[in-house]
Amino acid sequence: MRLCLRVLTLAALIGAGCATISSDKETGEKAASVLKSSFKPAGQAGLDRLDQDDTQRACSAALGKAVPKELAAQIEQANVATIRYPSDGQLLGDWRNGEKIAQEGRGKQFSDDPKGPVGANCYACHQLSKTELSFGTIGPSLYQYGKLRGASGEVQRYTYGKIYNSEAFAACSNMPRFGYKGILTEQQIKDVTALLLDPASPVNQ
Amino acid sequence: MNRRTLLAALVGIVIAPLAGAQASTSDEIAKYRAALQDGNPAELWEARGEDLWKQKRGPRAASLERCDLGSGPGVVKGAYAELPRYFADADRVMDLETRLVWCMVQLQGYTEAEAKKNPFGSGSDKRSDLEALTAYIAVESRGVKMNVPLAHSKELEAYRIGEKLFYYRGGTHDFACATCHGEDGKRIRLQELPNLMTAEGAQKAYTTWPAYRVSQGELRTFEWRLHDCFRQQRFPELVFGSDAAIALTMYLARNANGGVFDAPAIKR
Repeated sequence: MRLCLRVLTLAALIGAGCATISSDKETGEKAASVLKSSFKPAGQAGLDRLDQDDTQRACSAALGKAVPKELAAQIEQANVATIRYPSDGQLLGDWRNGEKIAQEGRGKQFSDDPKGPVGANCYACHQLSKTELSFGTIGPSLYQYGKLRGASGEVQRYTYGKIYNSEAFAACSNMPRFGYKGILTEQQIKDVTALLLDPASPVNQ
Repeated sequence: MNRRTLLAALVGIVIAPLAGAQASTSDEIAKYRAALQDGNPAELWEARGEDLWKQKRGPRAASLERCDLGSGPGVVKGAYAELPRYFADADRVMDLETRLVWCMVQLQGYTEAEAKKNPFGSGSDKRSDLEALTAYIAVESRGVKMNVPLAHSKELEAYRIGEKLFYYRGGTHDFACATCHGEDGKRIRLQELPNLMTAEGAQKAYTTWPAYRVSQGELRTFEWRLHDCFRQQRFPELVFGSDAAIALTMYLARNANGGVFDAPAIKR
């Protein structure tokens, strides 16, 4: 719906003349079309990256506020259904590789070599070990993650699933959906799971 | 002081305190910035920008001194603090960089493609005239309070679209601007992040661009800042002077209203 308020006063005629007030939905549609015309494909990043799935759309529409409880439950349910656990049933990989993946910031940027490494960049947002002092704080500290929780089958499944698709457990989380969006391979997710849960990992010292 | 020396000094300051208390790192960077206040290499861009503004250039051999940045033809003082804004002659909301391109076309006779072919320079062989001009215009607003208008319906529309774009999640990583810039006191690694959802955060961030980036040895504009944020968001490439670039700039500049403009600044 477009409301065009014509105010026939001299001031209005001199100024904007006809004030156009768009609804919030219209603004959203305009923003989407502005996006399409404002980006160009570069390197490995095509314009399809601007297309939103239902989760991205719902979380964007909340404009930084928490989504209503019911919607949050729907988002989580839809994302739980996407999680694919390894067919061999083995969820723990090598924590040493996991540490490298946690440190690696490259991957998926238009400036990155498409054949180059793709990391999880965990340290950008999380504290993980006591030895790495350069860590971010957007996410919670994961120091002693495994020491505090143990490494039962249930904890392993939750941890693997959380890395695979964070939105399955916290709607509109800031954390990428590393498995669902094809950022990390199954083996990489196993390795990061091991980094969090292996008693020998620097995370649990 | 050359770029390498600057960078070495900054890296030294960043790394040295790692062994000790982490909180002191940002204090050290603040001290470093303060020490450079009188010798910001951005001055080189400002001086070149002033020359470019006054020289007769382009097919029409005209200067930019009749360019209207919003406060009237040739008025540079305080112009940056009131941009972006709506320009009736172009029937469009424009940020400074877009307006400069407009004036280079209208006054100097360049084609639009020529005027915006090199928005982000690299080294002495590929210097950007737009970065230099932006530095010059920006410094003429130092000390002026941000006062971006929302009087025209197109200004309001750009602001509202900018707000939507700020929260727009997309790409492989689901990132939006708000992912990193929506909470107080957060960091990526050791880099502190302004919370652009608050007036204080928006003021602190917006009033310090353009800036001399020590790590690049370049003067970078706000358009560059947005361009590089989207790269890290795993989005495709933001087009220089595009409606999205201007709408986001409008949203952030307006939210910074009341803050005292203090750029070109110096950043890591």
